[in-house]
Parts: sequence; structure tokens; C-alpha cells
Amino acid sequence: MKYFHLIWAALFRRKTRTFLTLASILAAFLLFGLLDGIRTSFAALGQNADGAQRLQTSSRLSIVETLPLSLESRIRRIDNIEDVTYANWFGGAYQNPRNQLFTFAVAPNYLEMYPEVEVAPAELEAWKRTRTGILVGEAMMKRFDWKLGQKIPLQSTIFPNSDGTLNWEFDIVGVVRAKPGKSAGFIDAMILMHYKYFEESTPYVDANVGWYVSRVSDVRRSDAAAKAIDALSANSPHETRTMNEQAAMASQLKQMADIGLIVGSIMGAVFFTLLLLTGNTMAQAVRERTSELAVLKTIGFTSRSVLAMVLAESVLLVVIGGVLGLGLAAVLGPIVGAASGGAIGLPPIGWKSWALGLGLMAAIGLLVGALPAVRAMRLNIVDALAGR
Amino acid sequence: MRLVKSFLRGFGLFLLLAAFLAAWIALPWPALLGVAVLFALWMALTRSGRQAASVTRVGVSTLAQRLGASSVVVIGIAGVVGVLVALLAMAEGYRHTVSSSGTDDTAIVLRGGSSAELMSVLSRDQITTIERAPEIARDAEGRPLASAELVVSANVPRLDGEDGSVTLRGVGDMAWTVRPGMKLVEGRKFEPGRRELVVGKGARRQFAGLDPGKELRLGNQVWTVVGVFESGDAMESEMWADGEIVSSAYRRGSSRASVFAKLADAKAFSAFKATLAADPRLQVETDTTREYFSKQSEAISKVLRIIGIVVGSIMAIGAVFGALNTMFATVASRAREIATLRAIGFRGAPVVVAVMLETMLLAAVGGLLGGLLAWLVFNGYTASTVAGGVASLSFEFKVSPGLLWQGLKWALAIGFVGGLFPALRAATLPVTDALRAA
Repeated sequence: MKYFHLIWAALFRRKTRTFLTLASILAAFLLFGLLDGIRTSFAALGQNADGAQRLQTSSRLSIVETLPLSLESRIRRIDNIEDVTYANWFGGAYQNPRNQLFTFAVAPNYLEMYPEVEVAPAELEAWKRTRTGILVGEAMMKRFDWKLGQKIPLQSTIFPNSDGTLNWEFDIVGVVRAKPGKSAGFIDAMILMHYKYFEESTPYVDANVGWYVSRVSDVRRSDAAAKAIDALSANSPHETRTMNEQAAMASQLKQMADIGLIVGSIMGAVFFTLLLLTGNTMAQAVRERTSELAVLKTIGFTSRSVLAMVLAESVLLVVIGGVLGLGLAAVLGPIVGAASGGAIGLPPIGWKSWALGLGLMAAIGLLVGALPAVRAMRLNIVDALAGR
Repeated sequence: MRLVKSFLRGFGLFLLLAAFLAAWIALPWPALLGVAVLFALWMALTRSGRQAASVTRVGVSTLAQRLGASSVVVIGIAGVVGVLVALLAMAEGYRHTVSSSGTDDTAIVLRGGSSAELMSVLSRDQITTIERAPEIARDAEGRPLASAELVVSANVPRLDGEDGSVTLRGVGDMAWTVRPGMKLVEGRKFEPGRRELVVGKGARRQFAGLDPGKELRLGNQVWTVVGVFESGDAMESEMWADGEIVSSAYRRGSSRASVFAKLADAKAFSAFKATLAADPRLQVETDTTREYFSKQSEAISKVLRIIGIVVGSIMAIGAVFGALNTMFATVASRAREIATLRAIGFRGAPVVVAVMLETMLLAAVGGLLGGLLAWLVFNGYTASTVAGGVASLSFEFKVSPGLLWQGLKWALAIGFVGGLFPALRAATLPVTDALRAA
């Protein structure tokens, strides 16, 4: 530590070069911050403690098939199942059939399954009273600038209303928010309507639901409960498949895109390029200072401390650039989100990304400094001072 | 006064840079070719042009001595271009696969308000009415070339063991006639009335157990795969079976999701659309299949393009600084040589041009290398995603010549920015200082 000022001075010996290199490192870690935020937030979907308790039951035949409503009471009687709720896909679109929103027709107790979100008690009461009432996620309220109490027209891309058209009208009676300190996942970007109103209005649905969500009291025995639910309808025309929320989410995301692979390959290319670039800078820096290093050795610095100083310099260079880059990503994410009106949601950078980033910085710094540092250590004083 | 002067100079430089980049992005290649030809003429014919050429020759011939530093520029830019081209190739491949599924002379009819087949329902009566439209082409026996099809999604295990969804399309005989591009490459067509499937090549590649002769359980029923087809578009990710059997297995009665109709020619479409719109018994969406499939792919390919360009831009900024660094070092190491040239009468412009040309040469090599890598690794690479709501769609990355050209343009832009400042430094270095130094 006592050599810190020496390392610092060496780092900023050539200001232009150091700043240019820092800017490259900054760009690389800015990208890392943005991409890793996306990767981890995808990986974390459904992985919360509340999600582990929930089982999702859908049709084995296809995810668009429905299940009979009569299954509810039978699931409820299974050992270890605390509560059951159900929902149906509504396929709502706002203003334009391509502008599709997550819109579900749900049972009255649907939100009780999701303790990570909350609705003001008065608003929840209002929802239960109003047949055409909907609860809207906070993010979606912001996106369309809706107000509580407003009437909004929605078009279903699937289900006609009782008058035969696809146009529906709903009253916004409440807002769904994440509880402080919890992540709401998709719930704060959804619209929830009454299943009863939906089922009675549309001629297409007759006591059918899209999927069931059940809560187990003992997470360790949830596999057995899932098997018991599937056994209820085995060999019937409505065979089911039950998974815990985490597995269901993972399997759906995997089908969408292998996010990990894409992010991994981009970052691979970025860091490979960075390694080369910074490596070249460090080699240049050490080559230039050959005679200075020789002087250091002459006045009694050991070879090992010269090695350590060069290594420390390169690690410091990468860490400064990297921390600035990650910091910029942390600042930029929310700004982009706000500027796009919530349409692009860049996740905040979690401690895991920071830890991984710092680890990478140290590793890259050591790797990049290794060759020049070894060269500095092996420096022959006489040759170096003679300029050979 | 000096401060104002240096400020004005920096500002002018910035404007020049912005103008160059804007022109570079906006101009089509013939205009750029014209500029290149003019530049070559200047180099060949004028005095300062010939000076620039000779200085460039010296710089390029000594590149080999600075191999390490120069390769940083090349590889840095190759990285940017490689990633950019790969990401854009993904967007392009997706768009190509989905939008080439349609033609201008085939129409698709869906229920009004439905944006995808999976969400659409048409009753038997409506289908009969649609098929009577006079604009639909007819075969030798006078039957309309229209195919009513049922689309459902089926859960099938993927190769990695987890369940995925495949589009299962229930069709009749006409489906093959309406799509002349469909080719059976293995086995045979399904027989009407039996639980038999023909699967697309893309679906077979992605899902387990879709080989001819194998049996597949959908729900509690057993189906047999009897053939494989190929079409080079989105249909390849589907499985086809007899419409009647699919509708009974999925309890759809006599309804279907969509009607594909072959029109007499592409011009008949607006008349066809008007006929359907005028019929009070129908409330339908009518589109040419080309239009329908392009709309399906629009959103995702736009997102993919934006991701490609954002990631590419951030990487490009990093690479610009890398190039700046290297070129500053190059100029510094050649300071004496450049000062000598200027002392014996070379003007500033040739020196600037020479350094810029050298950087852009390195950048071009990097761009070509990156494009080549992206082409070698990713051209034809298959990926899959979800399309039309739920079912999976497999597509191939497509590294097209247009994308390679775009990659090269990016590389040259990076080279331009990375070379400009070091070049100006070289041209303005005080001659006496530079000669005395080192």
C-alpha cells in the first residue's frame, strides 16, 4: 500500500493513453452491466421464495387448451394443497390488435396466491364489487397514463363479447403494486379482470379455465402434490401437467431464446478484444519505462516487488475503467427506462452482477499485466540501463 | 485569442466528423464509389496527391514492424464487426424465414380482430361463403383453390428433454396445392382419417422423436409420424395432419382457424378483400400472405436489430478509443520521420491523408476479418424462438452480402474517427521539436 502513489504516478504517466484505454474498458463494462442485468433478471424470474410454493397446472395437450372448472374442488381436496385459484387468457389488446397486453380473467382469490404484490384494501373491495372492474399493474398504468376510475376499451384478440363483437369495456378500480423490497415479476405489468364476468359474457367459454395455480403448505413435498394433481385427470380428455412456477417459467423462457448463450457469446467477443487492447497498452507502458524500472531495482527494490507493482498497475487500470462502466450502466438503465415510458425495462444491476464484474476486472487485470510484469521482473539492470 | 482559435478548431473538427459520419450512413454505395474514384484521381493526378501516395506507401511498408500494435486495431474492429454482423444476421434470418412464407397472390382470411391464426375461429358457414368468392383461382375440376386450416399448438418434448410447443396444422388436400413450395423429402403424406403426421424439417431438428415411423403421444392419443417436408420458411417448424382428425382431437367441431386462398393473380387481391368486406355474413381480416407474415415478424426483427445496433455502437466506441491509442503511438514512434518529411517540403495534407489511409486500411482488414468470422461461424446457424404467440419457430442466421457491406462501413467509420486525431497531431507537430526529440 505504501507504494500506491508510485503506482498511481506510473498509471498516469501518459495521460492520453491512459484515458483512451480507460474509455475502452468503460465501454466494455458498460455493455457487461447492461447485458448481465438482463441475463440475471431472466434467470431470477420465478425464483423467489413465494414462487417456490406455487404449482401451475395446465393442459398436457397444448398450452392453448382449456381445463374444466370442475377440477378446482378436486385439486383442493389433495393433501398438502392449501389453496387453489384459476385464470384464463383473455388476449387483450389496447388501441391496435398488435398492441397486446397481458390480460387475464381470474378467480376472486387470485391475488391471495401472490403475497409479493399488494392492492390497497379499499381498491380490492371495489374490484370485488364491480363486475366490469379491473386491477391494473403499476407499470402498465404508467405506460398508458391511465387514471384510477377511468373506463378503458380493450379488444380481445380471441374472445367475443355477448354482443358478438370483440370489443370490451372495463373500469379501472385498483392498482397492483409490488410490496416494498419485493420484485413483482410480471404482475405489475398485467390486467386482471373477473373470470365470472368474462365467462358469462363470452359464448366461447363454458366453465373452462386456462390454468390452475395452487399453493402447497410444505414445499418439500410439492413434487408429490404435483403428481397427485396430474393423476386426477390421467387418461381423461383433459390430461394436465403440473410444474412448480420456477420450472414452468424456465421452460417457457428457454423456448423464447437462450438468453444465457447470446449474452455469453457477445461478452466473450467483447472481453477477448478488451484483453488484447489493454494488454497492448500495458506492454507499451512497461517497454517505455524499462530504464525507470532498472533504476528502481538499482536502489534496492526486489524483483518480486517490481512484479507486484506492474501487476497492481494493470489491475488498477482495469478496475477504474470497469467500475466507471458498471456505474454508468447502473445510472443509464433507469434513465433509458424512464425515457421510453416503461416500454424498455432495463433491470437494475444487482450485487451479483457487481461481484461478477469485479471478479472479471481483477482477472482481466492480472491476465493483461502478467506478461509485462514478468518481463519487468526479469529485467537485467545493466542491460536496461545501457538501453540494450 | 489562442483559446478561441483552438476552440473554434475543435468545434470545426467535430462538425466535420459529424458530417462525415452522417454522409457515410446516408449515402448509398454508388455515391460512395464516386467519392472513392474522385479521391483516387486526386491521388494520381495532383502534386499533393502524389505526395500523399508516397507517404502512405512508406507507412504501409513499415506496418510489419509494428505488427503487435497494428493487430490491436485489426482485431478490435474485427470484434465489433463480428458481433454486429452476427446480431443483424439473426434479425435478418428471422425476418427472411417468416416473411418468405407468404406471396402476393395468396390471401389469408382470419376472423375480424384476430392478429394470428392461433386466435382466429371461422365457422363452417363462413368458410363456405369465403370459398365462393369469384376472385379465388379454380383447378381443372372447377374447385376453388382455397384451404381451410385449423391451427393448434401441441406439447412435444424438445431434444433437451423439456416440453416445448409445436404448431399442429390440420389441413385438407388443398393445402399442398395452395403452397407450391412444399416438398416432401422423406416418407409419404398422411392418409385422411388416420392419426398420422408429416413434420417440417425445422420441427424435426428441434424436437425429439419426430422421425418417420416413430410414434408420438399428444395428450392421451398416439400419432404416427409418416413423412418429413421442406419449404424453407416458417411452415417448416410445423407438423401437419388431417384437418378432421385434428379438430376431433382438439374438440374444435367443424370450425377452422383460417382460409388460405390462391387468387387468380396478385391484382385480384383488392377485389377479393372488397368482396369479403361487402358480405354482411362475414366479419373477417383479409391480407395477402406476404403482408400477414411480414407483420408477424416485424416486431421481433425490429427488436433484434435495435439490440444489434446498440451493442454494436457501444463496442464501436470502445474500439475507437483502442484505435486512437494505437495510432497515437504509431504517430509518436514515427514523429522523427514525419518531421523530416515536412522539413524537406511535404505539406500537412499529404501527411494527414497518409495516416488516415493507414488507419482505414487496418480498419478495412479488421472489418473483413470480422465479417468473415461471422459468416464462417453463424451463416446457416439455426436458432429458435417463439412466434405467433406460443409455438416455436426455428430459423437460420443469414449473413447476407448487404450485412457484410454494412459491417465494412462500420469498420471504416471506426477507422476514420480513430485515425483523424492522430493524423492531425502528426501534421501539426512542430518540426524542430519532433526532430530534436527521441
